[in-house]
Amino acid sequence: MDVLNGLLHGFAVALQPANLFWCFVGCFLGTVVGILPGLGPAATIALLLPLTFKMDPAGGIIMLAGIYYGAKYGGSTTSILLNIPGESSSVVTCIDGHAMARNGRAGPALGIAAIASFVAGSFGILALTLVAPPVANFALQFSSPEYFALMCLGLALVVLLSGPSLIKGLLSLLVGLWLTSIGTDLFTAQARFVFGQSELLGGIDFIVLAIGVFAIAEVLASVEAGDKAQMLPVPRGIRNLMPSWEELKACRFAFLNGSITGFIIGVLPGAGATISSFIAYGIEKAFSRHPERFGQGAPEGVAAPEGANNADSGGALVPLLTLGIPGGASTAIMLSALVLWGVRPGPLLMQESPDVFWGLVASMYIGNVVLLVMNLPMVPVFAQLLRLPVYILFPIILGISLVGAYGVSGRTFDIALLVGFGLLGYVMVKLKYPTPPLILGFVLGDAMERALRQSLMMSQGDLTILVHGWISATMLVAALLILLLPLLARFNKARMQAIAEGG
Amino acid sequence: MAFGEGRVRKDILRNGDVISAAVLCALGVYVFMEAREWSYYSEEGPGPAFFPAWYGAAMVVLSLALIATTVAGRRSAQEVDWYAVGRALATWLAFALCAALMGWLGFLLSFALLTFFMITLVFRETVVRAAVVAVGAAAGFYLVFPLALGVSLPVGVFGF
Repeated sequence: MDVLNGLLHGFAVALQPANLFWCFVGCFLGTVVGILPGLGPAATIALLLPLTFKMDPAGGIIMLAGIYYGAKYGGSTTSILLNIPGESSSVVTCIDGHAMARNGRAGPALGIAAIASFVAGSFGILALTLVAPPVANFALQFSSPEYFALMCLGLALVVLLSGPSLIKGLLSLLVGLWLTSIGTDLFTAQARFVFGQSELLGGIDFIVLAIGVFAIAEVLASVEAGDKAQMLPVPRGIRNLMPSWEELKACRFAFLNGSITGFIIGVLPGAGATISSFIAYGIEKAFSRHPERFGQGAPEGVAAPEGANNADSGGALVPLLTLGIPGGASTAIMLSALVLWGVRPGPLLMQESPDVFWGLVASMYIGNVVLLVMNLPMVPVFAQLLRLPVYILFPIILGISLVGAYGVSGRTFDIALLVGFGLLGYVMVKLKYPTPPLILGFVLGDAMERALRQSLMMSQGDLTILVHGWISATMLVAALLILLLPLLARFNKARMQAIAEGG
Repeated sequence: MAFGEGRVRKDILRNGDVISAAVLCALGVYVFMEAREWSYYSEEGPGPAFFPAWYGAAMVVLSLALIATTVAGRRSAQEVDWYAVGRALATWLAFALCAALMGWLGFLLSFALLTFFMITLVFRETVVRAAVVAVGAAAGFYLVFPLALGVSLPVGVFGF
């Protein structure tokens, strides 16, 4: 199926009334989640995953993806009006977005954020449409050694960019690998690390881990922070949200910069929307004729990062859908959702499940329009959510977490695990251990072990099979370099700067 | 040993990085020792111990490296706002208690108690407000999950 036919097939799937409804629900929930500080898209996708078990895979992934990219639209509202990022990817929008709002230009700031999100988001989806098929074709050459090397490379990148301490990132990854080993070994049926508990023989459910480490930990961290901010008034009426012609003209390069930077950074595992938004902002400022305006309410200082964090969504789906390798926490949860529905992401996804692949891609074009329409006139309505007291919001999140964990298997044992993982997530946040490596280690650990053991079975124990092929050799060398480069002081300085900027 | 040096060392031992690394080192040793009980390699290829033995050993090496860099960098314990941390831990304890009571009281009652506790003790709101929100939230969950979506929730001795 070529790209055009595939896309037409995708629109036929995405335009079915049920899938349109799920796309709308995903975008709506994503916007709500993006606006509410303290609840991220990863936590929300994990919380809602149990409710999608009975759904058709195309409808389910369309909704979850809607939450994923919708949250990035919503995050800017909180940044501009409250100077608190609704999402980590909206941190940089606070700088010029809130400055514009303080200057009485809150409406145009929200308008620019929505337009930049739409333009760059659409670019990201178009690039995904064009890039994914050749990447999938290339990946058809992969066998076990290449997959093992690819997972090593992805995990090395995630560890590199997830926090200032490389050692903590690696330890977090190893804990993820250990957690995924708990249960019965698929090759030999040997029970591993089950502590005599029969409930652990089937392994730990990913949803329980994800809800604990993200949702519960986020609530605990927010309860601890307990900060409140003063919300600036939201202008009513679409006319008051439209930027002036001069503001739009000032943003024209920012739209392009955000689109390209966001997509390229999005494809890299571990980098994510936060880093892409900071890089786009940095490029914008570096090439501006008036860099002194940045920080004082420059409209392009809103357009570039908002564009980048939305174009990132399209980029992040390339490795997930074509290689089965997620680049971050939200895409890792989407990967497990696909596996739960019996869909196998990877180079054959386009042939085996065209409804899921092309349906998702087409739904993102529709979702982007839905979000633009939803976010421009409805911003004042959504902004009212910021008035919801946290003493109501947090117990509700905890309640939904309990329902989500119990819904997985109907066992109270999973609720006990959830309580433990919640504490683990909070301790990790407090001690600055990054959580994405743990989640990705858990998601990829099983497949990584299988690929390694299969490779060694193929070669009768000869480890050099991992570097026989040029693809696997290149990827393993790259992974090794990624982990060794921080030892060079100059490179580490640049890495620390990128991470510090990325929050 | 100078007077201040002993204090610095004591402070380093209270450092969160050192404590967490010691815990992870113990976990690595446990993983490695446990893996020794299983087959590492057989005629059919790598056994169930193959992968855990390597990441267990890596966990020990990395956690020792973390302890070494923390001690060498003389990074002492950071100031902790124990009141704020206490709020978070109180919330977690209430959550854990709610989970423990769920088998006996059922979801709705234990969730209402969790909500009531959080609003009164963590957020310091009035008892009346807490009671109204707790009952309202539990009723909302009952309407949405078991009634509208058909999702089953743990049932207690009271039958709900």
